[in-house]
Amino acid sequence: MSKKTTVKKPTVPAMFSKNPPSTTTTTTTTTTTNDKENMIEVNPKNDRLVPWVEKYRPKKVSDVAYQDEVVAVLTKCLAGSDFPNLLFYGPPGTGKTSTILAAAHELFGPQLFRDRVMELNSSDERGINVIREKVKKFAQFSVIATRSDGAYCPSFKLIILDECDSMTKAAQAALRRTMERESKTTRFCLICNYISRIIDPITSRCAKFRFKPLKDNIIVQRLQTICDTENVQHEPGAITELVKCTEGDMRKAVTFLQSVARFRTNTVITAIDVQEITGIIPENVIENLYQVCHSSSYEKLATTVKNVLLEGYAAHQLLLQLHDYILGQMALGNEQKGIIFEKAAIVDGCLLDGADEYLQLMDFLCTVMHQLCRS
Amino acid sequence: MSLWCDKYQPKTFNELDYRLEQAALLQAVVADGDFPHFLIYGPSGSGKKTRIKCLLHALYGDGAQSLRIENHVYETPSRKKVEITTIGSNYHVQVNPSDAGIYDRIVIQELIKTIAQTKQININEQRSFKVIVIIEVDKLTRDAQHALRRTMEKYVSSCRIILCCNSTSRVIPAIRSRCLAIRLAAPTIDEINGVLQKVTNFEGIQLPIDLANRISEKSQRNLRRALLMLQTCATQKLPLTKDQQITEPDWEVYLRDTARMVGEEQTPQRILQARERLYELVAHCIPAEIIFKGLLEELLTNCDNVLKVKITHIAAEYEHRLRQGSKEVFHFEAFIAKFMCVYKEHMLTETTGIDEEFE
Repeated sequence: MSKKTTVKKPTVPAMFSKNPPSTTTTTTTTTTTNDKENMIEVNPKNDRLVPWVEKYRPKKVSDVAYQDEVVAVLTKCLAGSDFPNLLFYGPPGTGKTSTILAAAHELFGPQLFRDRVMELNSSDERGINVIREKVKKFAQFSVIATRSDGAYCPSFKLIILDECDSMTKAAQAALRRTMERESKTTRFCLICNYISRIIDPITSRCAKFRFKPLKDNIIVQRLQTICDTENVQHEPGAITELVKCTEGDMRKAVTFLQSVARFRTNTVITAIDVQEITGIIPENVIENLYQVCHSSSYEKLATTVKNVLLEGYAAHQLLLQLHDYILGQMALGNEQKGIIFEKAAIVDGCLLDGADEYLQLMDFLCTVMHQLCRS
Repeated sequence: MSLWCDKYQPKTFNELDYRLEQAALLQAVVADGDFPHFLIYGPSGSGKKTRIKCLLHALYGDGAQSLRIENHVYETPSRKKVEITTIGSNYHVQVNPSDAGIYDRIVIQELIKTIAQTKQININEQRSFKVIVIIEVDKLTRDAQHALRRTMEKYVSSCRIILCCNSTSRVIPAIRSRCLAIRLAAPTIDEINGVLQKVTNFEGIQLPIDLANRISEKSQRNLRRALLMLQTCATQKLPLTKDQQITEPDWEVYLRDTARMVGEEQTPQRILQARERLYELVAHCIPAEIIFKGLLEELLTNCDNVLKVKITHIAAEYEHRLRQGSKEVFHFEAFIAKFMCVYKEHMLTETTGIDEEFE
């Protein structure tokens, strides 16, 4: 991946040049609680109301788990080296927004945060006009390099454009020159899931960082810490089951954990509780569907599919799990599996376009049936 | 006279008839005084909105049932006015943003943000949050769903969002991972029977078990439909008898006749006739996927297995195209024409005995 740890912007003089850049050792998982300054203020009465996702958001850059490259670069920036324009991309729940918010808090402190940081996400209007007027105006202000209490703080502002891939091409194009011209006073941080939706001129102006899906053991560790702090009792298998279905998405894992904990207050959480919450379809449903495909009876298949859908299971999830199941079937040859999975891909695309679930599933399972009966 | 499905809709968790275990869990979550965002999904007629009503009642008491209708007008960046109607009480708002078509993003941005940003004045006596119920989330455009993402996180202390949809396939993962998802399966035949018996008891009518069974079977595990069918039966003839005919919605009969017409004879004239009838159906606001499923089911009745697989594939393909296109009738017609073509071809090879292609 593009590891641009040595990006230098010649236009900006290095700040804090006296301080040598800190060594890039990062302790990732432990959450320190004595960091009062950067904590989001939580009203004790409303403490319960805060979702754990917000409560346990990393408060410091060094708390961010697993994303070693970006943490290394940002720690250097915090210690005083140049701050490039940033472009974060990666699947949901890997810590993109958390990282930049934590960095901004550390850079500016609570008082200046309001003045210095502009956060725009897709819930805000972000058409070309907003870029031209609001963003440009904000970018043009210059700021001083001291805080109100005399302490040093970097002399630039930060514009965070979250969920960038939903911005129009025109709006992105309007950013191009602004990013360059205002580089004395403003840094941009763009965040998106799919880098392919960002136009090239923008990507070439930023230091790109890919956020990897988190490794299972790291999520397990984090969940364990949360469980201990929140007094959640759980079976040993429950956490592993939970992590299995999160696919490296930390937010999902924490949300699920909180949901399960809500449902099962004062009792021990089991793996079955977890399955219910996460929307995973029970193994026997999948197996049953596969068996019906063996029977080569269209009517039987149609009624089974209808019943599965009436149970409320989502077709998309069903397709995913069927895929995994069929992958493990030794009875099928490579060629047959190839044909089946090609169909799965087509059906998945159609489902995303909003096609009818029943028709698409039937289409897919008919292919499976055809391949099975051929062998 | 009110409809039975409204009249006997449960108002609190204690009145529910099925999925009691899940209801108890929900009740426990709400009793805590606080809950996360919900995503409630399940097939139609399984009681999603009933559960939401019960939730609101458990949270706010009777106050959540005095409803009023409000009209909001929003302006898009291109200066077009979008009107949207919401139903709400002092404590919650129910909105269907997909009414606004492709402008649903504006509705999400404006309406939900204004509600979310206002805090309740007296936190000690009331709940500290309002509830926004968004229905048909799966019909929202991608943009609108993206607009929900950060709003859901930012304003979580002042508002909770309950999303309601038929299937989570069309809800983006980013939203799914922010909600507590609750799956509502359709009631089983026995459970529907139970409800039917209960309602007739209240009304003081005798309901023969055979009739109840037949209604439940016909309803396709859709409770609302079962209750409507029962009421139709009751208005037609009282007392209810065992072998009474159950009237189906006339559009269903009409659709079936249309499909049968196509199955009988494959000629260009038939396509023209079928087209007229399909226009009629579309004009009566029958959703496209239901027409497709109805056509498919009827057309498959006198096909063999090879042909069935083929035709299912064709149906899936054309229905997908219909989603991307804008004029529904084109795709129905294309499907019918294609069906005729394939069917004829198959019949010809069958009769002449050259069947190698399909082996």
